[in-house]
Amino acid sequence: MSQVAEQEPTTADAESYDGLRLRNVTKSFGAFKAVDDLDLDVPSGSFIALLGPSGCGKTTTLRMVAGLETPTAGSITLGGQDITYAKPYQRPVNTVFQSYALFPHLDIYENVAFGLRRRKSKEVDTAVRDMLELVELTSQARKKPAQLSGGQQQRVALARALINKPEVLLLDEPLGALDLKLRRSMQLEIKRIQTEVGLTFVHVTHDQEEAMTMADTVAVMNAGVVEQMGAPADLYENPQSTFVANFLGQSNLIEGTIQNRGGDVVTVDMHGIGVSVPTERCHADSDKGWVGIRPEKVLIGAPGEELDAPGNTIPGGVVTDVSFVGVSTQYLVRMPWGQELSVFQQNTGRHTSFVPGDKVELSWRPEYAFLLDFSQDASAGAQKVDAE
Amino acid sequence: MSETVRKRGRTGYLLLIPGVLWLALFFVVPLYSLVATSLFDPSGSDTTGYSMTYHWVNYSHVISDYWQPLVRSLAYGALATLFCLVLGYVLAYAIAFKAGRWKNLMLVLVIAPFFTSFLVRTLSWKLLLADDGFIVNSLQFVHILGADGRLLATPVAVIAGLTYNFLPFMVLPLYASIDKIDPRLIEASSDLYANPFVGFFKVTWPLSLPGVVSGTLLTFIPAVGDYINAELLGSPNQRMIGSVIQSLFTNANNYPAAGALSVILMALIVVMVLFYVRRAGTEDLL
Repeated sequence: MSQVAEQEPTTADAESYDGLRLRNVTKSFGAFKAVDDLDLDVPSGSFIALLGPSGCGKTTTLRMVAGLETPTAGSITLGGQDITYAKPYQRPVNTVFQSYALFPHLDIYENVAFGLRRRKSKEVDTAVRDMLELVELTSQARKKPAQLSGGQQQRVALARALINKPEVLLLDEPLGALDLKLRRSMQLEIKRIQTEVGLTFVHVTHDQEEAMTMADTVAVMNAGVVEQMGAPADLYENPQSTFVANFLGQSNLIEGTIQNRGGDVVTVDMHGIGVSVPTERCHADSDKGWVGIRPEKVLIGAPGEELDAPGNTIPGGVVTDVSFVGVSTQYLVRMPWGQELSVFQQNTGRHTSFVPGDKVELSWRPEYAFLLDFSQDASAGAQKVDAE
Repeated sequence: MSETVRKRGRTGYLLLIPGVLWLALFFVVPLYSLVATSLFDPSGSDTTGYSMTYHWVNYSHVISDYWQPLVRSLAYGALATLFCLVLGYVLAYAIAFKAGRWKNLMLVLVIAPFFTSFLVRTLSWKLLLADDGFIVNSLQFVHILGADGRLLATPVAVIAGLTYNFLPFMVLPLYASIDKIDPRLIEASSDLYANPFVGFFKVTWPLSLPGVVSGTLLTFIPAVGDYINAELLGSPNQRMIGSVIQSLFTNANNYPAAGALSVILMALIVVMVLFYVRRAGTEDLL
């Protein structure tokens, strides 16, 4: 399957493409295929996130771009040049490693200067000072990495890679070791630096919030392939597979039989209730499908109550669980066919609260629903409660 | 808070007691006795007894009599240490980074020679290097050695024996140091435009320096004082200072000269080690 960022044509030949391009890249470790026939285009100057659970092949993909792994098959080109088999020290690519991998015997200044010194650059001192200023570490220049906090070490790792002005900067879970608050501020910091320097960033993460906050384009990976690629909002609003629907946020997926595919909307019989889904949000080929709806798009009300959602109304629910989380209240509602649906209601103060056992009606606007192929596992990519 | 600190301090001193007692009894007392012996009047003997006369000329006498074996010992020790470092570094690097599941087996093999006596192993080297042995014969065949060339009773045999006997003392500390190096640092150096050669000298070598320093010390110090290899594999022309001290004690019964020579050797080694460790920039090892 081929996934292409933005408007780049798939068929354009590698020679004319100025970004990073992976074609049919496969990497096997023994019988295990970590990356399976992967195609990926990263336009020059963009910020792309490879998002997926551990073991999905995102880090292996990154390491092949860095040259630290050799693909079993396929090709990698950068600005039209084939770098598939180039040595890591011969490619214009730098990496921010997961555990930073700062040189413990060198001070911060020499860590940052390392790449320039290897390339016999003339302007080492000016460049290092500018870079330390950019990451606000000028006063720490003569300290050893072990004397710095985790957040400062992270910035050194970033500076050490950025100073070489690589054509592509690779970030391998760079924020994984930081606490939540620091991680949020570093996300914005890295985004700011990327905008400032205008280099191509490829960021690997398993944190969907991080991917959506930072990247222009997110490629969701699963089992060695890119499941879907696009802008964060598009991926979230219009997922094309159950994996993406569950991995990016939460989704209610309800079994349904497709009745009519005519025109702008597809109508679906969902356990005896007719609902409609816009045609451009229908990704099911067979007669059956999963009707998907995000919990925050579902409205909840007492039976017969007027809800602001003409179209899909589903009666007969019973509240089974209520959790109050401050900005919203999260309900679990058991439907007549036995399934429990998740509903998030904003605490605007305009709605009645329900308690377990209350009879309710659910409703949503048809344009928020999506339809996925029934052959896919409805629980694929669902995150465990304690995933973070 | 201060209560616990005081308690912890007291525990520390308690733990020191057994070691301090042991060293006081078996190191400080003999050392004192050695230095005292070196200043005795050499006209005495172990049957009639010695008198303490602060006979400092013992020192100048042994230096003028034995400066050659002293210098030779330092040179042989230094060469053996250098060969051990080259052989040991390659071996330790291979075990740490390339041995995979054979790691533990290879480490056992490194220390396996210790299962047999040092003396027996050196005696077998005497057989290996014998004049009609296969090593000498092969070297004669390829004309590295002349027709009547030999290995026994040459500096080559003594230095080779020292290198062989002290190699494990070099490999183990080197292995401990190299094994601790995070392979991601080497990946990082390669990502930052260092080819494998430059990466080794900029990252691997500096990070393994603690192992290099302790390995060279553990090899050099005993190698300089060793007398077995020189006795068994060399001739009087390869005599090392250990043999001289040994024969002064046991054959010539000249205790003051033997004591003075021992003190000189010890002082020389301490000074050289301090200088070396300073230069290597690893004072925190001491």
